[in-house]
Amino acid sequence: MSHIDTAVGHFHHHTTHDDSILPPKDQKKIVLVGNPNVGKSVFFNHLSGLYADVSNYPGTTVDVAEGRMGKDYVVDTPGIYGVSSFNDEERVARDVILDADIVLNVVDAVHLERDLFLTLQLIDMGFPMVVALNFMDEMNKEGVSIEVSKLSELLGIPVIPTSAVHHLGLAEVEAALNSARPGHQDPRLHGKLHELLKMVGSQPEALMVYEGDEAVSGRHGVKPLNFRESSYVDRRLRANEIIRQVVRHVDRRTFREWLGKVSVHPLMGIPILLGVLLVLYQTIGVWVAQDLVGFTEVELGNRMYERLVKDVFAEFTAVSVKADIVHADADGKEVVVDSKSFFFPDGKRYRTGETLAMQDFVRGKNVVYTFEFGQPWAMVFAGEFGVLTMTVTYIVFLLLPLVIGFYGFLSVLEDCGYLPRLATLVDRMLTGIGLNGRAIIPILLGFGCVTMATITTRLLGTNREKTIAAAILNFVIPCSAQLAVITALLAAAGGTYILAYVLIMLSALVILGTILNSFLPGKSSALLIDLPPMRLPRLDNVTKKTYLKTYHFMKEATPWFMFGAAVVSIMQVTGLLVAWQDLFAPVTTGWLSLPREAATAFVMGMVRRDFGAAGFLTMGLTPPQILVGLVTLTLFVPCVASVMVLLKERGFKEGALIWLGTWVAAFTIGGLVAQIIGIFH
Amino acid sequence: MKKRLSQARRNEQLKIVSIPDMGTRTQLIRFGISEGTTVRCHQKLPLGPLIIRYKRQEIAIGREIADTILTEKVA
Repeated sequence: MSHIDTAVGHFHHHTTHDDSILPPKDQKKIVLVGNPNVGKSVFFNHLSGLYADVSNYPGTTVDVAEGRMGKDYVVDTPGIYGVSSFNDEERVARDVILDADIVLNVVDAVHLERDLFLTLQLIDMGFPMVVALNFMDEMNKEGVSIEVSKLSELLGIPVIPTSAVHHLGLAEVEAALNSARPGHQDPRLHGKLHELLKMVGSQPEALMVYEGDEAVSGRHGVKPLNFRESSYVDRRLRANEIIRQVVRHVDRRTFREWLGKVSVHPLMGIPILLGVLLVLYQTIGVWVAQDLVGFTEVELGNRMYERLVKDVFAEFTAVSVKADIVHADADGKEVVVDSKSFFFPDGKRYRTGETLAMQDFVRGKNVVYTFEFGQPWAMVFAGEFGVLTMTVTYIVFLLLPLVIGFYGFLSVLEDCGYLPRLATLVDRMLTGIGLNGRAIIPILLGFGCVTMATITTRLLGTNREKTIAAAILNFVIPCSAQLAVITALLAAAGGTYILAYVLIMLSALVILGTILNSFLPGKSSALLIDLPPMRLPRLDNVTKKTYLKTYHFMKEATPWFMFGAAVVSIMQVTGLLVAWQDLFAPVTTGWLSLPREAATAFVMGMVRRDFGAAGFLTMGLTPPQILVGLVTLTLFVPCVASVMVLLKERGFKEGALIWLGTWVAAFTIGGLVAQIIGIFH
Repeated sequence: MKKRLSQARRNEQLKIVSIPDMGTRTQLIRFGISEGTTVRCHQKLPLGPLIIRYKRQEIAIGREIADTILTEKVA
């Protein structure tokens, strides 16, 4: 609870001091409110036009978008089923709603029974309101009909039928905002709220206190009342009565209903799931992670960008330049045919004999340069692991395309309604390790980037689930950078070893989850989610979500990647890196039966997990050694950026425990595998 | 005859009799379902969650929660 309250504090600080957000007195704050998946964003885009300011609510993955409409402000809120504090989305929405001057409530006509609960709650809060009755087109197909004028009369506020995706009714909604008015409140409830008004500032806040909201009560120094349930039941009955009067429907089977049902079918759901995973693997795992990143990282990053940075540094500081003459062999692979080093003690800007010698050596040839800087500071910035070289390449040319790819794929799944069904399908498997189906989201993301996934554990229901998910991600899930190298190595090792690797990692996951589930105190939350109808994903929605999630992740994680690179560069310059490798050597050779150089791979794996595995490629390992090496490396500590985010998300104590745990698990399990293989050979 | 929601068969119509856990009860009220509502078991995963349908609303309920909800069969 405590970190949530801090988050709320931050938000208030933010709204009162950021001049772009607080509206002056004569401006109205129009707040869009609705259940999830009711098409609210289309209204927001229509009302706010092109310019919207999206901010991430501190400590959550929740975004709040704000924009202008003439002289007024429009604020979008996360989708909620009611105004209260059951999760982050609700807490964020609640605080935005409490500040509203006018509420535009977007309602799904097909699911009016559900959505009316929120509408009536907003009416009970006393806001001037307009209801946009959306999905009128779908409603007809589903065999539902609603008497709109009657609904408007019963609620006491304007109700505008719309079909937002077809841009029908948007202008009418905008016009209706001028005639927004408070609706028909529950008279008995209204009387009770009136008494509370003396203690709290406003009617909306009075309702929150009445319905037992602790945070709002706390702000006014009053005790929350205990009428949530009776109030909810009354409201439900009112909603049902309104439905009885205005809604007629005939049951009609639709294709999307069938598709929705099949996708969670115990048997047919599995091939659909495998199909989705296959598409994920092909698009993100092959096209983005291998083809696209292969091009951006090597061509744009290493060969163009880093070369440029190193060249600039080489002009001014002591440098040794190694020029490799390369030729393409018969297979199109580049091989080094000649190589020579040139030394420039004061930088390349001074023309010396070396300048001419190098020009002669490389003239008319295809050359790859390697720069070695004499000055420690130059190495920290522009060296092999430099802050301006490797880190920038890593973030911009490797991580960015991957993160966009993963978030894009996830947004498509979310937008079409498959994601909650996927969560339902895998729920049983995850309950065994103390998680529920929703945890599939961070786990899937982990195969993209463990750092990104660790941040996403915030969406899980309890602290216990967050801990379990964070541990699983940081112990057993290999990120995409690592997966590419692992796949290549395992392919070389052959079928039995691939199977052994997968089985060992799966068992590690199950054992870790089971141990944490039995020893962590408390109880994990069970699945209870609404399954929205299957819909075709909308490009603008997907693009916007992908952009926002990518932007926030990169903003949050980039400093940690920079910091990690700086630490390793400094270790390299000061000789600590070598000392570290020597320290590792006995474990590597004795216990794991790997060559001495494998120690380097483990150390490098701490910086970038793929660096570690890549080191194995050139060592000429035997298949059993590959298995031992990869098992150890996958279980071994996550990259520096992940560790930083882990510490930040889960606190120092828990983060450090997970980190140390990966050391123990990696060398214990890796060693056991090595010893077992040793017995049979 | 009363039985737990988790014992529902696919396509069976059941009236919700009691939802003992208050958190679950308030969540379900907001989805449109309360004690007294007649729902249909839309889909059921072996040992896993079940999906109930009320009007056009589908809700996935974890087995652990479904075990606590009491229902009675609608003739």
